[in-house]
Amino acid sequence: MSAQLLTLIIFTASLFAGFLGSMTGLGGGVVITPVLTLLLGVDIRYAIGASLISVIATSSGAAAAYVRDGLSNIRVGMFLEIATTIGALFGAFLALFINAKALTIVFGVIMLQAAWQTVRPRKATEVVGEPDPLSKSLKLEGEYSTAEGKQRYEVYGVKPAFGVMFGAGTISGLLGIGSGAFKVIAMDQLMKLPFRVSTATSNFMIGVTAAASAGVYFSRGYIQPALATPVMLGVLVGSMIGAKTIHRVPVKQLRMAFAIVVGIAALQMMMTGIGGKG
Amino acid sequence: MKHDTEGSLQHWVSGVLRLGVMVAGSLGAIGLIYYLAMQKGPAPSYGQFLGEGSYRESIGSVFRKALSLDSQSVMQVGILALISTPIARVLVSLLGFIKEKDRTYVVITLAVLLTLLGSLVGGAIRG
Repeated sequence: MSAQLLTLIIFTASLFAGFLGSMTGLGGGVVITPVLTLLLGVDIRYAIGASLISVIATSSGAAAAYVRDGLSNIRVGMFLEIATTIGALFGAFLALFINAKALTIVFGVIMLQAAWQTVRPRKATEVVGEPDPLSKSLKLEGEYSTAEGKQRYEVYGVKPAFGVMFGAGTISGLLGIGSGAFKVIAMDQLMKLPFRVSTATSNFMIGVTAAASAGVYFSRGYIQPALATPVMLGVLVGSMIGAKTIHRVPVKQLRMAFAIVVGIAALQMMMTGIGGKG
Repeated sequence: MKHDTEGSLQHWVSGVLRLGVMVAGSLGAIGLIYYLAMQKGPAPSYGQFLGEGSYRESIGSVFRKALSLDSQSVMQVGILALISTPIARVLVSLLGFIKEKDRTYVVITLAVLLTLLGSLVGGAIRG
């Protein structure tokens, strides 16, 4: 295969990854990794490096638009980033002592369950209780534009969400995989943010978590420029298209897309855990 | 009133993200096109990882080689610009919260920034 064709295939797959990532608040590694390793026979370590670049590109490309439109909640993002960055540091530390491979199966099961939670039918009468008082003092509540004009929202369960975010950061530090799924789930299920706000805020956050570990991967040669650059360019374009399209996609379909992508990611993760390949 | 300051914070954060993406994207595109124009024959095999062992990429040499127009190094500078974008975004948020005199969020953002720098430096030492 010529270098030109290889680049074109990677670029096209990344376009799709960026589009999907910007819609669902995930990093796109779920598309990039199998295309590089299974389809193109690239070493898993180059795929890990390229996935990391995909996460940062999705985050930066989509969040530029989401922040401007007020869809990403900057305060929620910043507050939860304390938990994810410290968690990531803790996870990287843990990785020195424990065999993370065995844990992939456990996390895979948790992710499958969580994916189901986002699409399960809800009872209209579900009691949500009072907004978290912490939300007031941290000024977390916000508003976002919908088809029916500006809509205000309150924030619930700040403390449990902070705990889950710490866990999400630890997992990403430990396994080197995107924790976007857990971020969206914590904001959607615990903080009861509108789904679009959850995915847009996750998009805003995942770049920081990934950038924290990118330095060491860069210096160790995981980020092969001829592979990572078409990934970066494709994902940037794809995520910008996604950020323009998301307003026209009904929330129900966004939830479905999210659950499917997370489900596939969970299965991929469990397979690497069982097979030990990669 | 709250919305005005909120608006300017959004404006700056969104601006720095767009700038980072533009710089990274242009450098990456220039480097990649140049690289592909030079490539003849089959693509190198990436089935074998070459970064093993004592391999270390130094940022200084990446910039030096990029200045002498080595296409792969130009792409690497683009990638470094992309990696720096989220960090620059946290820095800009910090300045925004300082300007708003929002003490709680100055502390929160500072904590994020320090952890981030800690893991970058820690990674550099360990790596």
